[in-house]
Amino acid sequence: MSAVLELDRLSLSFGGLRALSDLDLQVGEREVVSVIGPNGAGKTTVFNVITGVYEPSAGDVRFSAQSGSAESIAGRPPHAIARLGVARTFQTLRLFMNMSVLENVMTATYGGTKAMPWESVLRLPRARREEREARALAEDALSFFGQRLAGYRWDQPAYSLSYANRRRLEIARALATKPKLLLLDEPAAGMNPAETHEVTELIGRLADERGVAILVIEHDMHVVSGCSDRVVALDHGVKIAEGSFDAVSNHPAVVEAYMGRHPEDLAGAE
Amino acid sequence: MSVDPQGPKVGADEWVARQAHRREYLPSWLGDAQRRAERIGWWPRLAIAGLAGLALPLLGLGGFQLQVGIDALVIALLAVGLNIVVGWAGLLDLGYVAFFGFGAYGYALLSSSQLGANGIHLPYWLSLPIVMIGAALLGLAVGLPSRRLLGDYLAIVTLFLGEAFVEFTNNVAPSKLGGPNGITGIDPIQAFGVQLLTNTSYFYLLVIVLVVTMAVLRLLEYSRTGRAWRAVREDPLAAAAMTIPVNRVKLSAFACAAMVAALAGTIFAAQQASVFPTDFDTPILILIYAGLILGGTGSIAGAATGALVVMVIYDGLLRSPAEASLLFYGLGLLTLLVKLRPWRRLAAVLGATIALGFAAHAIAAAISSSAVATGPQSSGWLGDGLRDWVIVPANPQTAGNVGFVVLVCLAITLVQVKGRWRTILLVPTIYLAAFVWETRLVVEPSITRQLMIGAILIVMMIARPQGLLGQRRVEVAT
Amino acid sequence: MSFFFQELVNGLTTGALYALVALGFSMVYGVLKLLNFAHGDLYMVGAYIGFFVIQWFGGAQHLTIAVPLLLVMMFVLAAGLVGGLGVAIERFAYRPLRDAPRIAPLITAIGVSFFLESSALLLFGAQYRVYNTADFISLSSGIQIGSVTIDSVQILVLVLGVVLMAGLQLLVNRTRLGRQMRAVAADREAAEMLGINVNFVITATFFLGSALAGVAGIMGGLLFNQVTSTIGFIAGLKAFTAAVVGGIGSIPGAMLGGLVIGVAESFVTGYISSTYSNLIVFGILIVVMLIRPSGLLGRAQLQKV
Repeated sequence: MSAVLELDRLSLSFGGLRALSDLDLQVGEREVVSVIGPNGAGKTTVFNVITGVYEPSAGDVRFSAQSGSAESIAGRPPHAIARLGVARTFQTLRLFMNMSVLENVMTATYGGTKAMPWESVLRLPRARREEREARALAEDALSFFGQRLAGYRWDQPAYSLSYANRRRLEIARALATKPKLLLLDEPAAGMNPAETHEVTELIGRLADERGVAILVIEHDMHVVSGCSDRVVALDHGVKIAEGSFDAVSNHPAVVEAYMGRHPEDLAGAE
Repeated sequence: MSVDPQGPKVGADEWVARQAHRREYLPSWLGDAQRRAERIGWWPRLAIAGLAGLALPLLGLGGFQLQVGIDALVIALLAVGLNIVVGWAGLLDLGYVAFFGFGAYGYALLSSSQLGANGIHLPYWLSLPIVMIGAALLGLAVGLPSRRLLGDYLAIVTLFLGEAFVEFTNNVAPSKLGGPNGITGIDPIQAFGVQLLTNTSYFYLLVIVLVVTMAVLRLLEYSRTGRAWRAVREDPLAAAAMTIPVNRVKLSAFACAAMVAALAGTIFAAQQASVFPTDFDTPILILIYAGLILGGTGSIAGAATGALVVMVIYDGLLRSPAEASLLFYGLGLLTLLVKLRPWRRLAAVLGATIALGFAAHAIAAAISSSAVATGPQSSGWLGDGLRDWVIVPANPQTAGNVGFVVLVCLAITLVQVKGRWRTILLVPTIYLAAFVWETRLVVEPSITRQLMIGAILIVMMIARPQGLLGQRRVEVAT
Repeated sequence: MSFFFQELVNGLTTGALYALVALGFSMVYGVLKLLNFAHGDLYMVGAYIGFFVIQWFGGAQHLTIAVPLLLVMMFVLAAGLVGGLGVAIERFAYRPLRDAPRIAPLITAIGVSFFLESSALLLFGAQYRVYNTADFISLSSGIQIGSVTIDSVQILVLVLGVVLMAGLQLLVNRTRLGRQMRAVAADREAAEMLGINVNFVITATFFLGSALAGVAGIMGGLLFNQVTSTIGFIAGLKAFTAAVVGGIGSIPGAMLGGLVIGVAESFVTGYISSTYSNLIVFGILIVVMLIRPSGLLGRAQLQKV
């Protein structure tokens, strides 16, 4: 199984603040890798570097759209990286609020289409075909969520959706870019147990049915344990553990990062 | 979850969701009108409006009215173009009028006696594409700063570029560009063997051009380009993450808007047969914006309608004082009718204002005859009704000025207070407004209409930012 | 060479004027993140107030009170009234739009600007009002350094300008109100949660900024003599340029920017031609915006993703 994504000694500094230090990470095809760590550990920063929002200070990001054709994507603009097949959702939910549900998803098909404005206006064959295909792709992505984002919802503005539906819409929108790699930033944030369970199943289905490699940032350990093939733990921009969920969750460095040191250990260290 | 075959369940997610498409409608008869209009559909509505526009000259629209109509249609075309960059792409372009000027001057240079020995007299079907492509390139150039600049900064830079255009045409190369005296003797539009020489013909042309432009933009709105523009306005970061090349999309918005403005500019230049730098200065820009804001940013129909309404009132105020007064009192009453609910409150306020007026007039007349010496500017039934109601002193200017300042203060206070006090304060405010109208505003219509434009911008943004025909937007603070 | 210095002095004088207007503009932007397009028109109102004060006391040729007293009255009245006008504008037009997207208050500000200009036209008429400064301030009583003359009006403008700028720096950096202003400018919500009366701070900022514009208006009237309803527009544009060149939101930046613009304008007018002075000023703005958008002394704004 070749790596879809490879982070090679990735480093990022904001002035004097080292956000990421020498980070190595791989995600293989159809693999689900979770990234955990306390707040401020640099998890979203990793996503931002991968998707081109930030340019790494050192190291490389390599992505292979097809098997065995890894290319460096560091320093490219976000839309180019998205076009290659890297899609993401956002921690703080960034939907196109005033556009309809269907339009939100269809917007993501921009990179895969080529029709120029005059072609759209004159309703030339290529434009009509691309529009049809874009709509079909969007409907397919939305149907992934069954009845939740079903037909009658398509023309409703995105702001009228409930919170959980908004999260689902964001994932559907990301799917419409036909990604090879999907970055999910806290997909279960703010969800109740039932919805959280649904998210866990969803991630598994995405990897199996859609053949997408997935990198997930999550705080909820139920989700992490339920869907991950591998877990990576970060703290202060450094990888402190990697392995199966059981291995990582019991790793002393991870425990310390989340829980702090035991008072007895602190006294002993001094 | 599927629909319960036994019927809708109030409170259940599915039932609620199916009602989510219901929009908020205006109260009572306005809402009914809205619903009926919506059922007609956008394209039929455009066709009806276009046919109505074409029918206007046949119904006897002539002379001054025709010129007002032409000006209104030009501004409407400009507003529809501005909507692309402001309403869809969310970029505040305060230099937009420079593209209008570019189109006008471009056509003026290419199709007149201005350049060279006898001038280049390119026929319209040649100069129009040249000018429009030039405008598109200019739009790309102007849009370049938008890559790095946030909304506010872009606004300033574009404002300056707009000012620079006026300075440029005023001062640079006066022999070629005509300087402050502009370019005259511009060829009329010649197409398909027909020369457009009369105002009526330009009116028809403008109606057709406006309808066609609106149709083209509607097709664009729901195409991938339109979606990309709107996505860039909603959230440029998310748009980029979803494969949209944000910078290129912004530039294309500028270019498209510039082309529409240039188109309007060529027709304007041909109809006026002359162009001057002052035709493209900031007041015109503000007119376009007022139309767009009033009608509703983001909506093609809104842009056109708002611009038409603004221009008709703007130029309508310049007519005889009687007609302007009709407009003023009519609009005032209409606003009260729509805004003051319930009916009891409206009746109370109107009754009290009328009573106050007659009482004040009588008292003032008793005190000093010069206090009511001049009468209202209108004649006929309106003037007769107003004569004993509104106080117009022998020396209206100073009193009117003072009244104006007091009126503005009252208006500000009115907004700060609430409830019963607001209703009470409304009475003297309305009476004072009539007073100021009769003493100062109706006498200086050119200033009054500018005041009105400023007021439209302020009031619309505070009271109804989505305009008359726009949709309320949900903004997420980032 | 002396021409150079003379132009420099002239430039610094007008620069001080631009700096004062730019200061008020920058302060309001810092606190509300709003580009107050109407700010230049406050300058215009101040200039008119000065004119009417002169008229009230007999007119330029037949003043009924001593010149120093006249000047004090003009400046105090302009500061107070224009400051009050600024506060009223804020409460009426900008406060309801505090949390609206940025486009909304910008457009409202354009509306306010247009409304102010038209109101001035209505109330004061279209004719130019003239200060006739030379009639009551003897221009010959200035300083002479070599062959460079700094006349008394210029001295007044420079001295008052420096005093006000220094005073403002003190206020912002050493007083409690200044600290609160800086807090609100940094993060309005956080400041509110820390117990700062944000409405009061914003009102105070508007008052101070508008008062400065009003004072600058008087200076403009004294220096340039002519007052009409449109002087605010160009003054506003130059103030924007100065504030942005210096770094918007930065007070020392506004001062520096004002001086730079004033001097640049003076040199262009002196050495090239006055017709191009506005274009050159715009050019400076474009260049600064493209090369260093945060201005000379400003800080780049970070955006959290």
